[in-house]
Amino acid sequence: MQTQSGKTPSRENPLVWLTTNLGRVLISLFVPVITFLVLWQGFIFLRDSDAPQVVSVLVAILWGVGGVALLFFVANWLVEQLPKEWSHRLQPFVFVGPGVAILTWYLAVPVIRTFILSFRNDIGQGFVGLENYIFALSDRVMLEAFRNNLLWMIVGTSVSVGLGLLIAVLADRSRFESVYKAIIFMPMAISFVGAGVIWKFVYTYKGEGSGIQEIGLLNAIILGLGGQSQPWLQIPPWNNFLLIIIMVWLQTGYAMVIISSAIKGVPGELLEAARMDGANEIRAFFSITVPYIQGTLLTVTTTIVIFSLKLFDIVRVMTGGNNGTNVIANEFYLQSFTYNQTGRASAIAIILLIIAIPVIVYNLRQFSERRAF
Amino acid sequence: MANKFKSSSQGKLLSSLLVNGILILICLIWLIPTIGVLVTSFRQSEDIFKSGWWTVLPHQEDVQSGEMKIDASVDVNGPITIDGVTATFEEWRAGITMPDGRKLTWYGNKRTRTLTISELKWVGFAANLTLDNYKNTLSGQEIRFKDGSGQEIVRKGNNLATAFLNSVAVAVPATIIPILIAAFAAFGFAWLNFPGRKFMFIMVVVLLVVPLQIALVPILQDYTKLNLNGTYLAMWLAHTGFGLPLAIYLLFNYVSTLPRELLEAAFIDGASNFTIFTQLILPLSVPALASFAIFQFLWVWNDYLVALIFLGDKNRVITMALAAIVGEKGQDWHLLTSGAFLSMLLPLAVFFALQRYFVRGMMAGSVKG
Repeated sequence: MQTQSGKTPSRENPLVWLTTNLGRVLISLFVPVITFLVLWQGFIFLRDSDAPQVVSVLVAILWGVGGVALLFFVANWLVEQLPKEWSHRLQPFVFVGPGVAILTWYLAVPVIRTFILSFRNDIGQGFVGLENYIFALSDRVMLEAFRNNLLWMIVGTSVSVGLGLLIAVLADRSRFESVYKAIIFMPMAISFVGAGVIWKFVYTYKGEGSGIQEIGLLNAIILGLGGQSQPWLQIPPWNNFLLIIIMVWLQTGYAMVIISSAIKGVPGELLEAARMDGANEIRAFFSITVPYIQGTLLTVTTTIVIFSLKLFDIVRVMTGGNNGTNVIANEFYLQSFTYNQTGRASAIAIILLIIAIPVIVYNLRQFSERRAF
Repeated sequence: MANKFKSSSQGKLLSSLLVNGILILICLIWLIPTIGVLVTSFRQSEDIFKSGWWTVLPHQEDVQSGEMKIDASVDVNGPITIDGVTATFEEWRAGITMPDGRKLTWYGNKRTRTLTISELKWVGFAANLTLDNYKNTLSGQEIRFKDGSGQEIVRKGNNLATAFLNSVAVAVPATIIPILIAAFAAFGFAWLNFPGRKFMFIMVVVLLVVPLQIALVPILQDYTKLNLNGTYLAMWLAHTGFGLPLAIYLLFNYVSTLPRELLEAAFIDGASNFTIFTQLILPLSVPALASFAIFQFLWVWNDYLVALIFLGDKNRVITMALAAIVGEKGQDWHLLTSGAFLSMLLPLAVFFALQRYFVRGMMAGSVKG
């Protein structure tokens, strides 16, 4: 609060203060220099040393974590050496500053830089107007990517949320709730690349011919049912659905956990009253539970929609976007890092941001409603 | 009355069976793909190409027990009679089960005059398992294995051991650094007053949902200028940047609910902000810190995109190494499956050990967000 108080405190003469505190000033200069040298030596060591990998990994961890802690400590110490008034004024920035600075560098400024790049050509120079956006919104490849993303958003999200809701409701009535939930939730701990391998193995296809046995589960089941084995991941549009199954496998656990905790919050008396009035379980579910948790359902749906929009790894690993499975995030990757079309890639990124704007607005509204900051 | 009670308890039993039945079915569907990979990762490379992983389970299968030659005098163009059973060549070729349980199958074309004898037997009790696949994926040296046709293949290993260590070196600081920075920031936002406080926090809220694709191109340009590409530092900073909005937001929500009296008492006792933060706030926030830590650790460990762009092939992490096996050697299932399991080992362990914290962090991140 002191920053907003209007009174001007009586100040000491800066020169007098400097001479009386010369020792402190010198130490204050000395400490950051030492800190900097120590960190720099660590950096050099990590860059050039031939130490065994285990050693360099340990040093890296120690250097990284210790370095940040040290920087905070030294910065705070420096500020506390200042006259009280200044130290009070500056200390909040020691606390908040690093976080805000990194956020600015890594997220806030890039929004502007990417926006500018999106109006420039492939090497980031010259003004090309809306050319990149015209590409992003009308090129055949992009239209296919948008179509697929729409499929991911609608099918992937609704199945994940629906299944999550079903499991949450059912598990709520079972004694082994935590076991079921842990199993469904487990894929959350697995990388998309790892999940890709798991499912690629399910979909794998060996071809026709005598003596060839399918080793992929899906083809084996199809053969067992008297069908024909297929190279599933190469058949559009069905390969998209097979990829979406992977997303459902990964995201249902998330939906389930969040919904499950919301269901636990539904007051028991309400349900009991409905049952007394003769409502059966299904009726009680739709007229009491669902309205009660609709806020949660909305949040979960939005989160998964955003997730499906940015989805990259699954497609990249499973098909590379070939055979009609391309998605926006993969096309972004191809444009920026394979074809070096920085302008086009930036335009795609900006479109992704624009799609996310409603959520940003919603978050802001929630935030301003919730507390007088 | 007693009757009614009985029927309702029966109904309960029935519905409980139904509920558990459906759940068990879903859980099986959820687990089977992973079990398949786990089983496959322990099978001989040769076997993997020949038969599905489910064949390690006990099952009935035709086991070849011998061969039978047909006398040259038998006319193979008409119906053929063998051991009292008469059938056409096509039927023999498809295989015929004899009355005594043996199955006879014509081998090849008519001229071979050979039938294989097989019997339906229970097999799979002695699965042929090995740890070689794990040795091969971990190693960076030359490895040898047999492919489907039994040919020996020699090639360089994928060096997953190095990739694993790289992942540790990336993930541990990329988890702790953002937590530290976010904890300081959260305390600052919640308990200190300074100009621009509201504006800065609104920035955090806005950046929560910004897709990280926005940042990749500009940050890569910066890293190229600073010569940071391929270093751990580049990864730590990038993951810190992308993880900070959520971290600050979560920790702020937690820190701002700590009892005001507690902090005021400490202020009155003359403790400095820094002391209050390290002695009071940090210890009190352990649950929130742990929640975010697990969240961030899993995110960083499983990340592929950021590593792909900022690390490249230098210091490559485990997701990249695994993706490289998928790309180069898409059909080497013995390497892929064991590699996939190695990459899951640590996150699964962390997940099952600290699941409760993880769930709490996730809820705070989405329900309130």
